[in-house]
Amino acid sequence: MIKVKGLTRAYGSFIAVDDISFECRPGTVTGFLGPNGAGKTTTMRVMVGLTPATHGDVTIGGLHYRDIPNPGRHVGVLLDASAQHAGRTGREVLEIGARTMGLPGVRVDEMLDLVSLDGREAKRRVRNYSLGMRQRLGIAHALLGDPSVLILDEPANGLDPAGIRWMRGLLKGYADQGGTVFLSSHLLHEVEQIADEMILIGNGRIVARGTRDELLRDATGGVFTTLVTALDNHQLAEALTERGLVVHQAGEGLRVTAEPVDVGRIAADKQIVLTDLRAGHEGGLEDLFLELTAETQRDVLPNDMSADEVRA
Amino acid sequence: MSAMAAPTTLDVSHTPSVPFGRLVQVEARKLADTRAGRWLLIAIAALTVVVLGIQLAVVVANDVSVTYLDFLLGANTPMGILLPVLGIMSVTSEWSQRTAMVTFTLEPSRLRVIAAKFVCVMILSVVALVVGLVIGAFANVLYGAMSGDTVVWGNVGTIAVDYLLVWVLGMATGFAFGMVFLNSPAGIVLFFVYSFVLPAPFEIGAHLLGWFHDIRPWIDFNNAQGPLLDATIHGNEWAQLVTSGLIWLVLPFLIGLARIQRAEVK
Repeated sequence: MIKVKGLTRAYGSFIAVDDISFECRPGTVTGFLGPNGAGKTTTMRVMVGLTPATHGDVTIGGLHYRDIPNPGRHVGVLLDASAQHAGRTGREVLEIGARTMGLPGVRVDEMLDLVSLDGREAKRRVRNYSLGMRQRLGIAHALLGDPSVLILDEPANGLDPAGIRWMRGLLKGYADQGGTVFLSSHLLHEVEQIADEMILIGNGRIVARGTRDELLRDATGGVFTTLVTALDNHQLAEALTERGLVVHQAGEGLRVTAEPVDVGRIAADKQIVLTDLRAGHEGGLEDLFLELTAETQRDVLPNDMSADEVRA
Repeated sequence: MSAMAAPTTLDVSHTPSVPFGRLVQVEARKLADTRAGRWLLIAIAALTVVVLGIQLAVVVANDVSVTYLDFLLGANTPMGILLPVLGIMSVTSEWSQRTAMVTFTLEPSRLRVIAAKFVCVMILSVVALVVGLVIGAFANVLYGAMSGDTVVWGNVGTIAVDYLLVWVLGMATGFAFGMVFLNSPAGIVLFFVYSFVLPAPFEIGAHLLGWFHDIRPWIDFNNAQGPLLDATIHGNEWAQLVTSGLIWLVLPFLIGLARIQRAEVK
């Protein structure tokens, strides 16, 4: 639905976006991940015609954005939730959007309901909104015209954990109904649970792409680890080592170089009671993300710092 | 995730583009839906009333004989200053408040958006004219009643046309300055420099330099609007209005349009 072909955007000698190509399919959520300044926002601005491309182009549903008639009815855009007139009320912001698109006024109420802004909040001026409320208003604005494509830049920014969960459900449901969602984030955990496909960008170039599992496989080199805890760890460790698996002590439990299903099967065979069993490569994706985008990171990470510590 | 095979092209056959009239309506709404915008509009009308009230008190107290035209000249003091400010801000607020991002994603043709804004401020100039004419007429009638002098209306048709031109030109010049600078303070300050500071060196230059004295009427837009304010414009003065207007209105307007077409909206 969204097709980016050989897109480059240069500012003088600085290349913000460097020859990137990708596609977003209907019915899926595509996550666009990268550290600050990686070129995410520039790419999105080019998509909707706010910034001209230096080379290459972007089409949405086969059309350039500028050629889509009444584009708000087809493509919902949220680029910066703070880019609203501070003196307008939340309701007025939506009212103006609805009028431009030629939508009935009732649509404004529906959207306010959808993003849980109540009547009193809607009457307040945007200057008095928290970032989370602005984000909700921005999402409401993007959804006003019932578009089939959504382009959202850092939509979870400023939302509280409950808000992030709410948005996840909203976008997932939207994609399940056939919508195309393209959203950016600089936080991996915001995106990895919702995105069907992820595109990692650093220094204006795409450094990795794929589904979560594909990326994980790359990150771990195809080697799976499992974290497991049993009532009797000692017995379990013996059973696993017997089968030729590499076992290490890890906190309360064990870290095993194998897939959880294999570990579970061995425990079942030996009738060992497990109290915890999970994939142990959760940090892998974060490590991959940090490693691939290391050149554009502003903060230098000590080499021995693990992803868990970084996350904390 | 998706079970259904959704089409990968947009079906735009049922969505006509945003009609121009709707854009104009939306832009008009945006002029007045914030406190700043609403109060600027109210202030222009209120100040006009105040200025004419003072003018009326002074002429009656000093037994000066005045005409309808004098009251419109009085009305031009707030109108001539504030209408261009309104013109500037109708463009620049999109940039200072960063709403241009939303405006231009809902209507990607920047030219159409700017045209809609321009139509709005032109309509406002007509409204300003009606307000000015009515308040001026009130003042003139009151003047007759209070002073006992004969009320002189003069050629109301010519006055109306000339003042409409003055306010349309003022508004349009402000609009052009707004487009060139895309920044409210810069646009307003430079507009005031152009209308209040520049006339002094022009005057001095014309005094000291013979050649400048000769070309000045053709390049000084403020000066060229003088005969409109007196409702006496004729002959060569029209040509001078056009040539100076090319420099101070049309040229900035075109530069501004080009700038907006190319500007990266952030």
